[in-house]
Amino acid sequence: MTTPNQFQPSARQHAWRKFVSGAMAGLMLVCAAVVMAPIFLVLYFLIREGATSLDWAFFTQLPKPSGELGGGMANAIVGTFVLLTMAASIGVPVGVMGGIYLAEYGSERANSWIRFMADVLNGVPSIVWGMVVWALLVVPFKTFSAYAGGVALGLMMIPLVMRTTEEVLILVPQGYREAGLALGIARWKIITVIVVKTALKGIITGILIATARVAGETAPLLFTALGNNFWSHRLSEPISALPLLIYSYAVSPYDDWHRQAWAGALVLMAFILSLNILVRLLSRDRKFT
Amino acid sequence: MLPAGIRWPDISFRWLALLAAVTIGVLIALVGWELYQGSRMAIGQFGPRFLVSSTWNPVTDQYGAWPFIYGTLVSSAIALIIAVPLGVATALYLTELAPMRIRQPVIMVVEMLAAVPSVIFGLWGIFVLIPWLRDHLFVWLKTTLGFLPLFQGPIYGVSMLAGGIVVAIMILPIITSVSREILRSVPNLQREAAYALGATHWEVMRIAVLSYAKRGLFGASVLGLGRALGETMAVTMVIGNRPEVSASLFAPGYTLASVIANEFTEATTDLYLSSLFELGLVLLAVTILVNVIAQLMLRSLAGSGTGKIN
Amino acid sequence: MADLSPPKPIAAGPPAGASSAVPRIPPSIAGGEMEVAFDIAGFSLWYGANQALFDVDIRIPTRAVTAIIGPSGCGKSTFLRALNRMHELTPGTRIAGRLRLFGEDLYAAAIDPVVVRRRVGMVFQKSNPFPTMSIADNVLVGLRLNGVSDRAFLRDRLEASLRMAALWDEVKDHLSRPGISLSGGQQQRLCIARALAVQPEVLLMDEPCSALDPIATAKIEELINELRASFTVIIVTHNMQQAARVSNRTAFFYLGKLVEYDQTRTIFMNPSNSQTEAYVAGRFG
Repeated sequence: MTTPNQFQPSARQHAWRKFVSGAMAGLMLVCAAVVMAPIFLVLYFLIREGATSLDWAFFTQLPKPSGELGGGMANAIVGTFVLLTMAASIGVPVGVMGGIYLAEYGSERANSWIRFMADVLNGVPSIVWGMVVWALLVVPFKTFSAYAGGVALGLMMIPLVMRTTEEVLILVPQGYREAGLALGIARWKIITVIVVKTALKGIITGILIATARVAGETAPLLFTALGNNFWSHRLSEPISALPLLIYSYAVSPYDDWHRQAWAGALVLMAFILSLNILVRLLSRDRKFT
Repeated sequence: MLPAGIRWPDISFRWLALLAAVTIGVLIALVGWELYQGSRMAIGQFGPRFLVSSTWNPVTDQYGAWPFIYGTLVSSAIALIIAVPLGVATALYLTELAPMRIRQPVIMVVEMLAAVPSVIFGLWGIFVLIPWLRDHLFVWLKTTLGFLPLFQGPIYGVSMLAGGIVVAIMILPIITSVSREILRSVPNLQREAAYALGATHWEVMRIAVLSYAKRGLFGASVLGLGRALGETMAVTMVIGNRPEVSASLFAPGYTLASVIANEFTEATTDLYLSSLFELGLVLLAVTILVNVIAQLMLRSLAGSGTGKIN
Repeated sequence: MADLSPPKPIAAGPPAGASSAVPRIPPSIAGGEMEVAFDIAGFSLWYGANQALFDVDIRIPTRAVTAIIGPSGCGKSTFLRALNRMHELTPGTRIAGRLRLFGEDLYAAAIDPVVVRRRVGMVFQKSNPFPTMSIADNVLVGLRLNGVSDRAFLRDRLEASLRMAALWDEVKDHLSRPGISLSGGQQQRLCIARALAVQPEVLLMDEPCSALDPIATAKIEELINELRASFTVIIVTHNMQQAARVSNRTAFFYLGKLVEYDQTRTIFMNPSNSQTEAYVAGRFG
């Protein structure tokens, strides 16, 4: 066996390695700063442009016809809440029940398939949901409607709510269920009264996350809710929504509409961020998840 | 044995839950079926030629998907080229370098970025980003890299490059957070092995962390690609919406999602509408394929440990 | 028990004449006949507010195997990791006292921990070859990091390191296979070869056999025996028979303190401290 010479790493080599290491660390710090910059830039301009445009009329008046100054987004604000209520009334029951099935009943094989499909469904582009619901609800009823918009958002919520519900239910200790069974309580009662109640905070958190996620969606509403310059009196009529109005104002040629688009964006962002803050407060000290 | 009166609510509750879970499968089938139904006329009319034809002319009722496929691929590619290095570097910073007490705030900031709706990015893109790109970055690119065909031609502001940059910003949060999960799953023993050999901090990241995690990081990027492909509103607002295939990134482009968003309610003929549906079908097929690949890659890595990846 | 007083500043150093004022090292060891690798005096270590090592005084000889034994949580692994400054990877640690390797203060401000770790190699409880690298690349990665690119030299080092780790004959025909394709015992020897390839002055082993079967353990012990001739080996083990089999000297740690340090034979046959006696007799730990 040969005994090779002792290798002697040079001081220059070492200094170079130290330099590369330091440079890469610096580069990563810069990258992290670049990644964080957009949110601050977006919020800065939202506040700068939006806050000065917010006035009483914005919250109380209807949009003015193109070219006229003034007006507001009152109907769009209400419309967004109407649409979210409808979306939640579809997404929450189906999502929560599906989550219950995954956590409480399903076999491991079936569950992994459903989970997989839910994750894939989450990745379906939102514009596609708009087309599908258009074909399902707009064509047969021959009108764009609040219903169609609500359904489109509701369908998008299902996989989101389902996955988060499942995750929090799984964390409920098995002993709770066994204790219930040992008392002779029916399974569905154990699930609804004990398991779901224990994990309720986590489930609500999941619902809020899903709501925040669809609240800013525009694409699925373009060919379903369509938008409306007036108050909608029936859910079978087209309805306005903040994201829709922000979009059409942003791409319009009128300065006053641009101003209002910023104001609308500020309101929408504030709403979504407050939902997120609520989520944070709820999940701060919860026992499960 | 429970009496029948007690059992039926149990059974019906179970069926109800099963029904809800199965909805997921039904929805996937429904989405695919509706898009297929909608595009049958265009498929029958144009056949596979639809995918490669560059003509998109509602006046002559001739439709081809190529400009939109091209625009989607190019804008997504730009987005990935920007977002993957930034996202992975940020994830590395968060797992390997950052002091403990600043990690959580940075993560929160990145999560906040994920909460911004597409339409707000679009608004910001139109009035803040595009003027800046037009007057500064693009001019600089043109003077320094103008010899490349990529950076030639007139600068409008709205462009493929602007679309790619906006999409990059939008997929940064998911790439960063999934990459962070992946890097966190690298065993500490791997890092120690490298340290014990006398590796510098960066060398540890390179030989022990990145090489261990590269498959997962690839999965994270593919997941980001899935998001980029389907991104609609922000892209529609900044990409220029012109169905042209141009080598220059300064030229306006068009994506599958944006053309649907813009022209769906204006489609005057059945064939026009059907062609838009076929674009939707192409978009759906590609995003599902990409998402399935991403999910499989990420699942095979962490087992089921990390759970949901969204 | 815990000493919460602030640590002594390193710069102040140990009390004058500490090396000669260590009563519990018998003259046969403290005397001039052995060449000292590590010269450690008044060494303490804290994790945040918790003190893990108390005033350790020890002189570890070169070209010998030193075993460190003690019940779990006694600080033996902490001590080992302090020898190549690996403990610094845990945030919030600090040290006091003197730790010299061949007369050089390893904690001096001008000393880079990266250099310390190249000079003081380490093998871990669980084998940890880099999964994306071949057998050869695993062995050579340390040299390559140090900028070695001479192929003949690398080939020599590869063979020499694998021979020293008693792995050469088993892997010489498939050096390009992934390191993780080997069996558990082979992987651990691969990690030893990887540590030896950068030609460290000292090899630290942190319970290197705890995850191995008896046959693989025997191989590693045989290997440690051979390394004795040319290296300084320090091995932490919870297995007292192993300490007795492989080491020249044994140090017994308990509750963060060095209780007794002597010839292995003396520690196991005729310990002077009652705690040591109780431990080696298997009465606690």
